[in-house]
Amino acid sequence: MNAIGLPQILFISCALFFIGVYGFLTRRNMITMLMSVELILNSVNINFVAFNKYLFADKLDGLFFTLFIITIAAAEAAVAIAIIINLYRNYNTIDVDEVDTMKF
Amino acid sequence: MLSASLIALIPLLPLFSFTLIALVGRKNFPGLCGILGTLSLLTSFILAATVAYDYFFVAGKVGDTYQQLIPLKINWLQFTPSVSIDLGILLDPISVMMLVVVTLISLMVHFYSLGYMKGEERYATYYSYLGLFTFSMLGLVMSSNIFQIYMFWELVGVSSYLLIGYYFDKPSAVAASKKAFIVTRFADLGFLIGILVLSYYSGTLDFQTMIVRLTTPTDQLHNVVTASFLGCSALTWGLLLVFIGGAGKSAMFPLHIWLPDAMEGPTPVSALIHAATMVVAGVFLVARLFPIYALSCPSALQVVTYVGAASSLIAALIACTQTDIKRVLAYSTMSQIGYMMFALGVSGYGGEHGLGYMASMFHLFTHAMFKALLFLGAGSVIHYVHSNEMKDMGGLRKLMPITHITFLVACLAIAGIPPFAGFFSKEEILQAAYHANKGIFALAITTAAITAFYMFRLYFSIFWSKTYHAAPADHDAHGSHDDHHSHGEGPITMLLPLLLLGALSVGAGFIPFGKLVTSDGKALISEMHITFSIAPVLLATAGIFIALSLYKKENATPQRIADGMGGLYRAAYRKFYIDELYLFITKKIVFNLIGRPAAWIDRNIIDGLMNLLATVTGKISLLIKQLQSGKLQDYAAYYFAGVMGLVVVVVYWWR
Repeated sequence: MNAIGLPQILFISCALFFIGVYGFLTRRNMITMLMSVELILNSVNINFVAFNKYLFADKLDGLFFTLFIITIAAAEAAVAIAIIINLYRNYNTIDVDEVDTMKF
Repeated sequence: MLSASLIALIPLLPLFSFTLIALVGRKNFPGLCGILGTLSLLTSFILAATVAYDYFFVAGKVGDTYQQLIPLKINWLQFTPSVSIDLGILLDPISVMMLVVVTLISLMVHFYSLGYMKGEERYATYYSYLGLFTFSMLGLVMSSNIFQIYMFWELVGVSSYLLIGYYFDKPSAVAASKKAFIVTRFADLGFLIGILVLSYYSGTLDFQTMIVRLTTPTDQLHNVVTASFLGCSALTWGLLLVFIGGAGKSAMFPLHIWLPDAMEGPTPVSALIHAATMVVAGVFLVARLFPIYALSCPSALQVVTYVGAASSLIAALIACTQTDIKRVLAYSTMSQIGYMMFALGVSGYGGEHGLGYMASMFHLFTHAMFKALLFLGAGSVIHYVHSNEMKDMGGLRKLMPITHITFLVACLAIAGIPPFAGFFSKEEILQAAYHANKGIFALAITTAAITAFYMFRLYFSIFWSKTYHAAPADHDAHGSHDDHHSHGEGPITMLLPLLLLGALSVGAGFIPFGKLVTSDGKALISEMHITFSIAPVLLATAGIFIALSLYKKENATPQRIADGMGGLYRAAYRKFYIDELYLFITKKIVFNLIGRPAAWIDRNIIDGLMNLLATVTGKISLLIKQLQSGKLQDYAAYYFAGVMGLVVVVVYWWR
């Protein structure tokens, strides 16, 4: 059996990315959409780690980027949840299809 | 010689009183504004008189010639090293004479208005306008270059507009002010083009330089004479266009239609603007450029002659038929200005030939005195009977003795009876016309006779004719039956100017004008030929006697004669249908042939283009507004599609 190489990991991250995009575009629940965004971010993280390990093993840049992204994702989740709470207070729903007053 | 700043104060004081009254006085001390304006004008007049004394008797004469002095010159707008617009003061015999005339008449009118306008609601505003007008007129006569004179020319037009429209709640006054403004503005267009032509060819805006360059054989003169357009040289065109401007302001035929209507303004204003000062601005302008007219372009001067003579006769004929006393005076003004114009026209430059020029300026001077007096007298009469119509008057000589005497003096002066002022100046004009052109002389002497007739028709209708009965409507309006008798002839402020101007109308003729104001600055001794004077004086006397026999007692003869004249009388009564002609041209021809197509183009093509643009924009926005649905996931999908598109581009095409 072959060792796990870069292509396999890239395949996983790519799959994860498109699952995230699909979820973001199809789910109506804001929380689920937020989770989809997290999936997209994590697919990027996997990419960073994989490239760092297989191509530039003597460097740490990829790992640092990943750490930063995790931090930012945490902050972003906090902001997003605050927005969602406010949305719920105003509309009594977190279904994005109901929240479409900002239009022409 | 007075210092330049003191001379500059002459026009600046009225400007100051205008600003003060308009900005502060109108709200805070309206009752004092009249006094303020009068005092500032009094100071101006004293300064002007001092300047005149200095100029004529102390500093102005070098050798035997009066010089043109420029005590003040400010370089105002410098366009290129050779082209600039200056502001300056030019003192020469005519501008000094005009300074005295304008300040004197304006002072009289200010003083008179203290009584006449008392109790008016916009009393303070009235005085501020008077200040503005006096400033502009003084600036006009002192201008040292042609562009400066144009600016003040327009300012004079504006203040005239404001004062004619003073009773702005009267539709006729509003219409009259608009008419005056538009007609003169139309003429000023000619003036402006004339200025541009003259200054383009002479390369200067300065009067002195321009006159030197266009009268002595220089390159500029050569160019301007050889450049031709539609068969006339550029010089002729320039001078004619300038004359059109002057004719508009001076109410020369056929641009005179605004002057009679301008009588809608308060009567003292008519005395100041539409009799003594502003309307002679056209004469002044021609006199200012006179060397160019006389030495380089006699054909333009011919036009001035004929226009002036025609105006004077036509106006005199119309004046015989009018019944509104102010309109009679307006037409007589027009007629007298025509006199001044053709006197300039028949004149030559320098020496003996300059008689017409001298006579014209002399007549301008004396006319200012007696015409202002006539208007102020008419103002008193109107003040007394509350009507402009002759039929409401009659028999006022016992009730208004001072007005009666001064009005009689002014009538004798304008009719040219010796020894009143008008006699001397008119004789000079007739002499000049006699030597230059017999046809014009015949016309002038006819006009003189008619003038005497219609002035005395006016005089007898107002002061004799019948015994005066106040119209009953006036009693109701004033609530008291003896209102007229209680307010008498008028306050002292109204009578004093009458007496002063009356004295001047008697005495002004004895001023040795030929020594002071001539075309080339040298003294011109003109002899009075007793034999020459006989004919005009006899004719004028005849006119007076005809008026006496017709109008001294109220009778039916005038009406019978009018009926007998038939069409001629009606034509003169309707002012020879010139107003109707203008209406026909504007309403039927200009509106239909130019106005309507222009309106159609504006409405359909210009507006259509704009509407098309707006409609297309609207349609497109209707189409694409669906994209902005408000749904978050739609936006995310667009964004994602965009990113994918970019990826495709970058990966496959971007090398």
